[in-house]
Order: sequence, then structure tokens, then C-alpha cells
Amino acid sequence: MTTTGEPATSTTPPAKQRTRTPQRPGDIVFSFSAKAAGVLILIILAAVAAFLVAQAWPAIQTDSTELSERVHWLGQGRTLLGYVGPLVFGTVLAALIALLIATPVAIGVALFISHYAPRRLATSFGYVIDLLAAIPSVVYGLWGALWLMPKLFPAFQWLADNLGFIPLFAGPAGDPPRTILTAGIVLAVMILPIITAVSREVFLQTPTLHEEASLALGATRWEMIRMAVLPFARSGVISAAMLGLGRALGETMAVAMVLSPGLAYSIFLLQPGQQQNIAANIALKFPESSGLGVNVLIFTGLVLFLITLLVNMLARWIVSRRAEFSGAN
Amino acid sequence: MAKRLDISDLNIYYSDFLAVEGVTMAIEPRSVTAFIGPSGCGKSTVIRSLNRMHEVIPGARIEGRIALDGEDLYGREVDPVRVRRQIGMVFQRPNPFPTMSIHANVIAGMRLNNKRMSKAAADEVVERSLRGANLWNEVKDRLNRPGSSLSGGQQQRLCIARAIAVQPDVLLMDEPCSALDPISTLAIEDLIGELKQEYTIVIVTHNMQQAARVSDQTAFFNLAGVGQPGKLIEMDATEKIFSNPSKKATEDYISGRFG
Repeated sequence: MTTTGEPATSTTPPAKQRTRTPQRPGDIVFSFSAKAAGVLILIILAAVAAFLVAQAWPAIQTDSTELSERVHWLGQGRTLLGYVGPLVFGTVLAALIALLIATPVAIGVALFISHYAPRRLATSFGYVIDLLAAIPSVVYGLWGALWLMPKLFPAFQWLADNLGFIPLFAGPAGDPPRTILTAGIVLAVMILPIITAVSREVFLQTPTLHEEASLALGATRWEMIRMAVLPFARSGVISAAMLGLGRALGETMAVAMVLSPGLAYSIFLLQPGQQQNIAANIALKFPESSGLGVNVLIFTGLVLFLITLLVNMLARWIVSRRAEFSGAN
Repeated sequence: MAKRLDISDLNIYYSDFLAVEGVTMAIEPRSVTAFIGPSGCGKSTVIRSLNRMHEVIPGARIEGRIALDGEDLYGREVDPVRVRRQIGMVFQRPNPFPTMSIHANVIAGMRLNNKRMSKAAADEVVERSLRGANLWNEVKDRLNRPGSSLSGGQQQRLCIARAIAVQPDVLLMDEPCSALDPISTLAIEDLIGELKQEYTIVIVTHNMQQAARVSDQTAFFNLAGVGQPGKLIEMDATEKIFSNPSKKATEDYISGRFG
């Protein structure tokens, strides 16, 4: 709550009486190791950031005409920002598609496990979902390229024929559909387990007290979930979705295997060769790069790092916005 | 409004465990009926079976008959959701919805019944219910604050307001004061005295003085031992139970010889 007219009590804090509590060895050891772990993660983060900045610096510094001459795959007359811009767009687009598909499904699955399925079925079902997380992304890429794509093509063609007037679905649908929508669907399957697992845990933690409160008012199962479970779990589900988004933003292999790359600010979801994501681009371009080319790729990596950071901060902000009503007080 | 409850030959189970055996009693409308007895005697289990909240627990079920003004609550065609809309409940610990404002908490039950309610109608229900729960004067200026911003006693009265907002036939209270301080307890007890003009009230309490203060009828439950089912020992007018009970076990319990 914002209190504006409050007298400024904070300017003159009462002199604190410091009583020294006796230090016990266990406390000291634990506090030290916890602190060390916390500091270590900060150091690692700082080291990664410093590496990225240092390695990207030559690419940032070099004049754009010189850069496009020396890095042959950059394309004629493309500046560094002109190169990274479409990649950012493609990365975010693929991740958003994945999130839009995966979140509702994950919430549904998590609710089924936590509130609908009989207990024994729920447990084994949960294991199966968790198994999805254990599959390496190369396998997802293979699955997407070899199995999913032929299955998707008729659906995409139908979309292009019937909903083609919406720019998103403008045809012609590519065959094979090595498009951003295919990549988004594969990514959705990949981030499903993490969103499901976190959401399920949050749903299960709903206080029985609140569930019974709504049931006793005459709520049906679904109404109880809407009144008690979902509001309680809201911030947890957002965190879960952001974890998934983080994975989708950084996914390399599956995207590289499924998507036919392009460098356009294109919202055509059904046409191949339009977009590319940063991580897959680095993986594909790295073998044919040297010198300044590597610096350019590392610069795109730095941008990805910043996007992920931004996404996490955004998630924090969303979660904290209505903390007062969150049930944490 | 204010209907009578008739319970006959009620057995209550948790899976295979018989928790309460052979309860038969009549609960009069516009009166307060108190359930007393030692821990584990099944009084909370009985009160939860009166609005079919017992069966929320997996494996829980009952045998026997519970009728609200002659209508069997466990009939084949009866929807437990409808039963719970007719029979309100207040729990041991105050449980306002933390994500809802005070206003939204009060009309939460109304929203379930009819989704579309004009703002004026909603405001009227909120004021009537909060006045009914003796909470209006304390919260009328901050109806949009979260329900969890209130003190424990206020939260419990908010829960009572939420329960009476839908104008139930019966109001069940499962140890409503056990988490409250004496002053808040007094406020709730006064409220119970007022509410019985309009509602049939059943209250479970561990506090025998409270049962003596608020109730018209008192039912004493007891169990023979751990693992044995709880039974209704006797039920009578409250003065009689506390002055001249007809069973030895009741007298031992109220005089503090055990329990």
C-alpha cells in the first residue's frame, strides 16, 4: 500500500540496540556455505556476461561496410543491428508460438493430474509427462522433421486455403513445412513438461481450507478450481510459463533441424525460409565462421542473453504486481 | 428459510473405518444446536456430513438418512452442490479467499448462483450480509481491500457474512471460535444469538462454556476408545445437559472428570 501522507519516520531510525547472540559453529558453517553459493552464481553470471561483451566488442566496433566485406555470410550492406534484428524477431516469434500452444495444454494437464485424475493414475501420468523433459532436443528435432512435418502439411495447407486472408496464415504453405509454426509446435512439446510440472506442484499446494470454502458455498469442481485454485496458483503458473519461455528462447538443435532459415521480419507462419532463431543460427553458422564472423555470432548470443534477462524481469514484475492479493499475507 | 434436520441411523465411514455409528437426532429450526465431546468422537465428521462436505475426502461415505424438512439430502437424484448451497458452513480457521476483496468475498456464493448481478444488487447483498455478521461498521470504508487484511476475528465474521449472503436454510459452524481470542469469540457468540432468529444453526465446539452460553440443544458425543466409532450419547435441552444429564458419561465429561 502506498502511504503518501505518512510522517517521515524512516529518516530517523531509532538507535538499534545490538545484542550479540552467541555464534554457534553450525550456524557459521551453514551461513558461509549459503553465502558462498549465492556469490558463486553471481560470479558465474558476471563472467558469462563479461565474456559475451568482450568477444562481441570487435563486431560492435567495426564499421558496417568493413564488417559486411569481412564476414561473407552477413550479406551485402547489412549492418550488425540489421542482422540481429530479424533474428531477435524470429527467436521471440517461435518462443511465443510455443508458449501460446503449450501453456493452456500444460495448465489442463496439470489440473487433470492435481484435481481430476484418480490418485494412482495421476502419479503415473505425472511420470510420463516428466519423461518428456528427459528426451534430448536432437531427438525432438528428428521427430519434428521426420514424423511431424508430413502430418502437419495437410493442416497447414487447409489453413492457407481457408484462413489465408489473415496475414499470419497467408499461403502458399511450404511443403515440407519447414516453417516457424512447425518449429513453434515442436518447441511447445519440449516446454510442456516444465510448465506442467511446476503448475502441478503449485496447484497441489492450494490450501484445503480455500478449496473447502468454495465447495461449502456450493461450487462445482470447476468453480472451485476457478475460485480457489487458479487465483492461488496464478503467480506460480506465470513463473512456470516463463521458465518454459526461457527454454524456448534458447532452444538450438530442434529449431536448427526443423526450420528453414531466413532473415525477414515476417509474420507468415506457413512459409519456409522467413525467420530464424538466434541459437540455431549460431549453431549453423559457427562451423563456417572465423575471426570477425565469430564476434558477430557472439554478439547475437549477447542479445539473446539480454532478452532472456528481460523476460525473467518481466515475469517477476507480473508476479509481484498484485502481491497484496496473492494470499502470501 | 430455517428448516429442520432429521438424522436417522447415521453411520459414517472413512473408507472401511467406521468413524461414527448409529446417530439419530432432530435439529430444530430457529435454534442453536451444539455438538460437544472429546477429540476424535466424530462431532466434526457428523457436521460435515450434514452438508455433504464429508464425501469430499476420497473414500468417505455414509449410511442412513439425513433429511432437510423431510427431503432426503442423500437421495439418488440430489446434487451435493445444491445441498451445499442450501446449507452454509463456517470452518474452524477463517478462510476468506485471499485473492478476493472483502466485497467479492461476500458475494462469492451469489456469483455461483447467478452470474449476472447488477452492481446495486450486489452492494445491497454485501451490506445486508456484513451487517448481519456485525462487520459492516468495521469494513464499510475498505470493501476493496483483500479479505486477508482483516484480523482473525474479522475474517471469521467475513466468512459468516459470506455464508449468510446466499440465505441458506441451515448454518453449520465447525469450531468457529477455536482460532480466535476471547473478545472475537464474544463477538461471534453474540452474532450466533442474533442469527438464530432466522437460521437453523449447528455448532461444534470444544468449549463447554460456549455450548452452555449459545445453544438451546446440546448433543454429547463420545467414543469407547481409540479405533472405536464415535456415538451420540445423549441429546437434550442445554440446561438439562449441563445441570442434570441423564447419562453418567455426560456428567463425567461436563464436570471435567475426563476429556
